Amino acid sequence: MTATTMTPRRYRVVDRTQETDDTVTLALSPLDQPLPVFRPGQFAMLYAFGVGEVPISLSGRHGAGGLLHTIRAVGSTTNALCRAEAGYVLGVRGPFGEGWDLPAPAGADLVIVAGGLGLAPLRPVVRHAIDFRDRYTSATVLIGARTPQDLLYPDEYDSWRSARVDVFVTVDRADAGWGGHVGVVTALFDRLADRPADTVAYVCGPEIMMRFAARGLTDRGVPPDHVWLSLERNMQCGLGHCGHCQLGPLLLCRDGPVVGYDVAGPLLSTKEL
Amino acid sequence: MTTTYDLLAAHPFLVGLPSSYVERLSCRACRASFRAGMRLFEENGRAERFWLIREGSVNLDIRVPGRGDVIVETLGPGAVLGWSWLFPPYRWHFGAVAVEPVLSIAIDGAGTRALCDDDPAFGYELTKRFMAVVVERMQATRIRLLDLYKAPA
Repeated sequence: MTATTMTPRRYRVVDRTQETDDTVTLALSPLDQPLPVFRPGQFAMLYAFGVGEVPISLSGRHGAGGLLHTIRAVGSTTNALCRAEAGYVLGVRGPFGEGWDLPAPAGADLVIVAGGLGLAPLRPVVRHAIDFRDRYTSATVLIGARTPQDLLYPDEYDSWRSARVDVFVTVDRADAGWGGHVGVVTALFDRLADRPADTVAYVCGPEIMMRFAARGLTDRGVPPDHVWLSLERNMQCGLGHCGHCQLGPLLLCRDGPVVGYDVAGPLLSTKEL
Repeated sequence: MTTTYDLLAAHPFLVGLPSSYVERLSCRACRASFRAGMRLFEENGRAERFWLIREGSVNLDIRVPGRGDVIVETLGPGAVLGWSWLFPPYRWHFGAVAVEPVLSIAIDGAGTRALCDDDPAFGYELTKRFMAVVVERMQATRIRLLDLYKAPA
């Protein structure tokens, strides 16, 4: 336990984007020495001074040393963070945990499966797929959301497609103006290339959605250790000391949040873990 | 030239079906294409056929007072559209509209039921395949009922 990891560094909110009714993306710029570079899938503890601290995955980088975090207002601390305007100063600890297993083997088919807010920690994977597109045979993003209004980063999808990343979107409930797909995100698996042994999948969303997605992928022949999930428990210290984020033998703040389905699968189907 | 038999044999819904069964179905099948926006059938209409979608996608919808036609599910390439032809009273429970240009194979319902009656082994095989589709869609519906993406209370 060191001052580096336990003491928050001050970051200033330099930009704020309202993504949906209850979700914002904050661009943070360091006031102190920047934290070490975050890898895609790692998370930070964001501290709203005087309110509390919450774990939030990295959703992108903002300039040199800057961070992007997409936050949904679901409690007192996240509400305080979502209300933060440019100039607001907050504390950041991190980077914590194991990130996405990148790069994937050359020639692989990358499959990114996002449900709801799960697209936020996967956006750096999309960025990786774009930056290293020639390394992979294909790159596909499958996005599920509750309604069209709940989609994250919809303005970016066309630029992803322009970079030869296939993007398919589905919603659970459509309104009159929706011309896209309606149904669960696993219904989009039929759009994937039929090379399961060469597929590497990155999945993030509500835990039940991830279970069904991982099961659907492995049923298609994708090896369980090629399916990566970003799990969530009650992260607090970020260092594997406090034990609040225990999932069986794992402490997710340290051993996760990204875990292979070969390890996570049996744990996720065990009651009370 | 690709025959109806070839199209049926290559469709995911019928993959692995014995060729003699595919042959029988092909006698009751024809190609069918739909423009975007074209309605394939109306809720409560007579269910006289089913379709194997090859390209494009179809929305299933239901008329809700005050909300118009609400889309409940989208079926894409590789999907089978329609099972109400298999069970009395042979009426569609939902409507269906092509979202984009659709290429499909339409198969006569009454003729297929007659094939099933004549050869129970064929009927069992086809029913198992439809049952798998029904179960898959029921499970998908259950997942959607959980409203997983809703903000936690």
